[in-house]
Amino acid sequence: MDCDGVVSGVRMGEASEEVHVLAVDDSLVDRKVIERLLKILACKVTAVDSGLRALEYLGLDQHKIPSQSNGFVEGLKVDLIITDYCMPGMTGYDLLKKIKESSTFREIPVVIMSSENILPRIDRCLEEGAEDFIVKPVKLSDVKRLKDYGVGGRINKRKLPDTTEPDLSSSPPSDSSSLLSSSPSISPSPPSIIDSPIRRLKMTTATHD
Amino acid sequence: MDVGQMQRQWLDYTRSLFIEGFLDNQFLQLQQLQDENNPEFVVEVVSLFFDDSERLLKDLNFALDQQGVDFKKVDAHVHQLKGSSSSIGAQRVKNACIAFRNFCEDQNVEACLRCLQQVKQEYCLVKNKLETLFRLEQQIVAAGGSIPMMELGF
Repeated sequence: MDCDGVVSGVRMGEASEEVHVLAVDDSLVDRKVIERLLKILACKVTAVDSGLRALEYLGLDQHKIPSQSNGFVEGLKVDLIITDYCMPGMTGYDLLKKIKESSTFREIPVVIMSSENILPRIDRCLEEGAEDFIVKPVKLSDVKRLKDYGVGGRINKRKLPDTTEPDLSSSPPSDSSSLLSSSPSISPSPPSIIDSPIRRLKMTTATHD
Repeated sequence: MDVGQMQRQWLDYTRSLFIEGFLDNQFLQLQQLQDENNPEFVVEVVSLFFDDSERLLKDLNFALDQQGVDFKKVDAHVHQLKGSSSSIGAQRVKNACIAFRNFCEDQNVEACLRCLQQVKQEYCLVKNKLETLFRLEQQIVAAGGSIPMMELGF
């Protein structure tokens, strides 16, 4: 691992520090809601209105000279990125790709939100490295489930490569709007996105980094 | 009216909004995010929704008024309105937007204009209802009471 302390989320024992979430959504209403949801779970939130602003915030702004666009920003610690899919200009998918292309930030879990439960879209995002996919409108139970990605999420996955992930959320899966409970073609019973073939493949390749 | 009566009135009114389909579960979600430290959360989010909606309805009027209607643009506006109405639980507005988007696909100007009227109507209705609800809340708080928690099992 060539990442140093700039990238959080892979360090252990960070429970005492706040989880810092970067939320990206062009809708002011949705930004307000997601911010509140995350703050209730004691996360620190930075909310921006576009993919470009998110990249700027991360220091991945390509308008800067190359040596300044490698994403090194003094003191920046982002544990989780949650982004809307449909945004004018840069979509959440485009942003996801940029983040996964960055050696500094590719380890940060990225979650995609969308009002449309379109299976090919979801698959494409997961294949590109998205950690999870939330169908809007976003509820507290959705965000509760995510919080665990921000702190020690990857460590959990390494420990449990082939078993069902324990239920991280305190609320029953039936009122979650995750893709697994709302999508007709995937078994409605318990959780894990970890169980999908795509996820298992991702984890296998990830542990060989 | 004493505080107890006002609270019962608030409960009855809120229930009716759910029964009549103006609001759905997402509105309850938002109410549950409100607490003593954020007592105005729902009012704030709904105000943002009002501002957003009014802007989008104007944009829709404008877009449908053009000689050559850009249906992609119309659809984008409706998509946004659908999103924000869904996020606050304004169910009937959301449903009107869903119907609207189908006609955008068909590229039918007449039908879109009718849909826009429908969306406007639903928006006005829910705006009035919510403003009434917020007034009731203000009265309760002014009389020293607190807003009841809506239960999910009604």
